[in-house]
Amino acid sequence: MTTTTTPAPAGDSSLAAGLVRARRHRRQRRWLLVVLALSLLILTLFMVSLCIGERVYSPADAIRVILGQKVPGASFTIGRLRLPRATTAILAGAAFGVVGACFQILLRNTLASPDIIGITAGANTAAVAGIILLGASGLALTGMAVAGGLLTALAVALLAWQGRGATSRLILIGIATGSMFDAVTMWIMIRGNQYDIQAASRWLTGSLNGATFTGLAPLAVILTIGLPAIAALSRPLDTMRLGEDAAAGLGVRVRSTRTAIMLVGVVMLATATATTGPIAFVSLLCGPIAANLVGPGRSYLLPSALVGSAMVLGSDIIASRLLPHSYPVGVVTGIVGGVYLIVLIVRLTRRETV
Amino acid sequence: MTSAAEAARPGPTGSASRRPARLWGLAAVLAALIAACAASVAVGTRAVPLDQVWTALTDPSVHTFAAAAVRTRVPRTVLGLLVGAALAVSGALLQGVTRNPLADPGILGVNAGAAVFIVVGMAYIGLDSPGEYIWLAVLGAGLAAAAVWAIGSGGRGRPTPLRLALAGAVLAAVLTSVTQAVLLPRAELLQTFRFWEAGGIDGARFDQIAQVLPFFIAGAAMAAFSGRALNSLALGDELAAGLGLRVGLVRLLIAASAVLLAAASTALAGPIAFVGLIVPHAVRTIVGADYRWVLAWCVLVGPLLLLVADVVGRIITRPTEVQVGIVMAIIGAPVFIALVRGRRMGEL
Repeated sequence: MTTTTTPAPAGDSSLAAGLVRARRHRRQRRWLLVVLALSLLILTLFMVSLCIGERVYSPADAIRVILGQKVPGASFTIGRLRLPRATTAILAGAAFGVVGACFQILLRNTLASPDIIGITAGANTAAVAGIILLGASGLALTGMAVAGGLLTALAVALLAWQGRGATSRLILIGIATGSMFDAVTMWIMIRGNQYDIQAASRWLTGSLNGATFTGLAPLAVILTIGLPAIAALSRPLDTMRLGEDAAAGLGVRVRSTRTAIMLVGVVMLATATATTGPIAFVSLLCGPIAANLVGPGRSYLLPSALVGSAMVLGSDIIASRLLPHSYPVGVVTGIVGGVYLIVLIVRLTRRETV
Repeated sequence: MTSAAEAARPGPTGSASRRPARLWGLAAVLAALIAACAASVAVGTRAVPLDQVWTALTDPSVHTFAAAAVRTRVPRTVLGLLVGAALAVSGALLQGVTRNPLADPGILGVNAGAAVFIVVGMAYIGLDSPGEYIWLAVLGAGLAAAAVWAIGSGGRGRPTPLRLALAGAVLAAVLTSVTQAVLLPRAELLQTFRFWEAGGIDGARFDQIAQVLPFFIAGAAMAAFSGRALNSLALGDELAAGLGLRVGLVRLLIAASAVLLAAASTALAGPIAFVGLIVPHAVRTIVGADYRWVLAWCVLVGPLLLLVADVVGRIITRPTEVQVGIVMAIIGAPVFIALVRGRRMGEL
């Protein structure tokens, strides 16, 4: 991967500086354009998911419902069913997207998203144990998932810590921890009764069915705290893309940044997981997609969040409205992940033959 | 009997000094395995004293509950022997062929590949016995292995353990989504699959074992001749080629036998991880790095571990059982973590 750095002609520094400024300007414009386009896409998908379904309403009706006016029929269908569903999709998608990107930057590996390195698995086990063994729901369930995710992340980090930060060790230990928690989840599922298992099974695939405003409240609260926190940490985090030593040399307090990001990230991720279930691959895919969109050298944290929202919203429209059988959204994002994997393989093998 | 591989490895790992120890050890493992078999037919939700086990097995005219329990545990034990040996050997072959200490058919997604193809076969073609879907299992396992190698190597030579494990985990996640997509509309299949997916040797039947047996035999036959080649491969591709080994072809054949063994195991017992990881490592600490001995020991130690884990799973939550796949993951993950922690960064 060679970044296109045009060699500055020696002795003509003012021209070089001008070139650099122009390039930086262009990158900034591209970044703004990407953010704008993604926001528009989310808005469009949001309106589509409000208006289209078994009964189709006009966008005007939808807007009237959002503004709180009474529209016969639409007030229930849109206000009580579709609006919380679409809002949950946007919030959860943003959480998965931005946390995934954070972890990929921290661990310096595009495949090292929190659902691969075991953190989601820990939250899953806690939540499934809550559903089946304790009959938990709502805030208690959210709390258990957050606790499970945090404890898992802590355990993985402690096990991997041997003096210096060692990301590849952390990833490998995370994978093993994840497979252990998956086994425990399976065990709990096998022992549960039919009805609970159905619920837990749907939940494990990641589903927006039954989203309500009260259900998404914890996620909304956590995001209003977490997203600004991540934004505040985004500058040191982006510097860490250069490598931890370089970042430390540039004055970044690497260890505290890493700890803070992990903490905020895991809480956001586990809350989103508790709300919708683990929606497969969103946290893995958003970072690389956003990075490709904004190009090299720009922060892709905000774009990752937007890509996540768009992906979950769009996948939910496909899963619940377009497919013959109504699937949970996680199935569609999982297939999208499969396509990404195939593209990856094809690109890698092509590079090999060249 | 001094192969070049061994000549290159000086000191106490040479075969002459270790040979008696390796053989006697093998006898000890065999004795332990026989004890494990006895425990496997005797222990369970209903424990049966050994003398009654003997009469149940030798006298077909006895019709007690105890005798019936023992007789259902016989195919289970036989399946445990087969699957344990196959998974352990498969893991050793994969570790040798990728020169990757963390290789295992479960971790690399090979079992998951077989499982997905089996589910698709059950759902869309209506296959319902292992003899019918074993071909699909082999195909799925082979494709998964190829995909993991492609992603892990990233088009640049030999993949690192980290990249292979990551590729396996990501692939397994994709395959899980595919499985869900197939299963969710089919409630009845979801029910049976839930048990199968956990990986277990309960519910084994001799007729089903017989259907898949040829695949075990084929895989084992190929594996039996791979010890010397693996020893050469361990020296590095250039040296192995210098010793007259056709590296690419040999690697493909050995990987094929590993895939065959993993697929056959998965078809009968569901995906079981970590046996192929733990056993070769444990064996290497005893017999050294010579793959001919490692493979021979794996054939006995693999079933020993699997049967013990299965018996443990029957005891710890009496009167219910924990499936051996779950027990293995709970034992195996800490071993994996210990292996990772024991290595320096550069090796990962």
